Amino acid sequence: MDNLNFQSAGYMSKKEVELRRIFLEQVNYIPAGERIKRCIQCGTCTGSCPVSYAMDISPRQLIALFRAGEMETIMKSRTIWICASCYACTTRCPSGIKITDIIYALKRTAMEKNYISQANQVQILANLFVNNLMKYGRLHEGTLIRNYYLKTSLWKLFKLIPLAKKLYQTKRLSLFPKRINAYHSLSKIIKKAQEIDLRITAPPLEYSPEYVGYRTLGEMKLEQRKGE
Amino acid sequence: MKYAYYPGCSLEKTQRGYDQSVREIFKILGQELIEIEDWNCCGATMYMSVKETVSLAVSARNLAIAEKMGLDIVAPCSSCFTVLAKTNRILNQVPEMHQNVNEALSESGLSYSGKTRVRHPLDILVNDIGIESIIHKTKRSLNGLKVAPYYGCQIVRPEKGFDDRENPVLMDKLFNKCGAEIVYYPMKVRCCGGMLMTTFEDTALKLNKELLECAQKHQADIIVTTCPLCHMNLEGYQDRINEIYNTKFNMPILYFTQLLGIVLGLPESSLGLDSSFIPMPQKLKSIMEVQYV
Repeated sequence: MDNLNFQSAGYMSKKEVELRRIFLEQVNYIPAGERIKRCIQCGTCTGSCPVSYAMDISPRQLIALFRAGEMETIMKSRTIWICASCYACTTRCPSGIKITDIIYALKRTAMEKNYISQANQVQILANLFVNNLMKYGRLHEGTLIRNYYLKTSLWKLFKLIPLAKKLYQTKRLSLFPKRINAYHSLSKIIKKAQEIDLRITAPPLEYSPEYVGYRTLGEMKLEQRKGE
Repeated sequence: MKYAYYPGCSLEKTQRGYDQSVREIFKILGQELIEIEDWNCCGATMYMSVKETVSLAVSARNLAIAEKMGLDIVAPCSSCFTVLAKTNRILNQVPEMHQNVNEALSESGLSYSGKTRVRHPLDILVNDIGIESIIHKTKRSLNGLKVAPYYGCQIVRPEKGFDDRENPVLMDKLFNKCGAEIVYYPMKVRCCGGMLMTTFEDTALKLNKELLECAQKHQADIIVTTCPLCHMNLEGYQDRINEIYNTKFNMPILYFTQLLGIVLGLPESSLGLDSSFIPMPQKLKSIMEVQYV
């Protein structure tokens, strides 16, 4: 019996613990990020979200799943990628939870652990965006969109021709990207920042990583809500 | 007043109408905009795919240069505005992040103490210059024009900023004073989908269809926006929406700075109105023919 490889009730797998650790490390950098503890599962976030109808897991369920020790389900979901970052949920959350930033933290956790979701086109776009910025210092929309559709759908690139034509006719189409003059000093900043990111270690977190449910969240501190 | 101007990547070319009109109205209202030399992209979407310090350092470089200039930043693009303000907030509230970002910035001889304020042109126009002083300089009245003010999601969120987060009213007040009729537009802060137009096209098209539908239902002649992404989605994809939903939208989309420029008597060409896909409505054309002295 002892050799059986199953998790005891209330405990999480190693993978889950790792995902949770990365996620909570990110949450620590969000000002007032710890308010995730205050979620009362009211669903105001889901009701306010203009795209929740197209999600597989609702924003409310994200927090419920996190508490339940189901980070992996979140990582594979479409939800975190379809968030357009409009902050409607954050604005309305009666507990003051920074939901949009929490979703960013989930996106970054997924990117870091290479989770490819069914909505991976967002990951492709995000990577192309970074490449574009690293190469030129500014975003060149034409290059970004072209490269994105070359990787995802040639048909859609083809369908963009009328829009490109209109942009050209109204002198709004820039054909070639150009680098900013300070490109080298920007690259130095980025390189250094990447080094710093590698050496950053997770600050102590106020939670017990091995438990699921409300117990993971540690003492609930209800600090005063100032001027929200 | 002098401001450090941060146009942002879309205003460089694709949304040149916004850039031109911001520069022109600031000039005519006696405000000086000095473009930040060699500014770089604010980071926008990259925030999700790189680690924290990189995305913050990239956007903080602009804040640091503005601080050196001793000026507040004016960022017309909603996305740049939100990202720069967010960077500011994180650096001010998480000291270790501030330290790390400064360490990265020092590689190119920069440092940032956190003093630069990030402002939106709408905030400056209404709250600093004031509607009354603007009205003194108007050369035309928008009498009879029905305007749907669309603020989009990011200029008033997430933190409480210069206007209400659920029902912002600064544009309503401004154009109402200019003689326009502000139509009931409950969708004023509903998201346009932003970059979803690239990644989840169907969803974004539906969102924009709803925005256009609401404006049309309340008989708006034009929609005014404050954001290049909203503008692109509402204007550039109107044909596609008509095709898919079998609608007949032909709604002109103007930047609020373009409409204000018209009121201030500026010519069409200097406001970049020649760059619109959808021609201005007849009412607005007639308004432009008149000019008080």
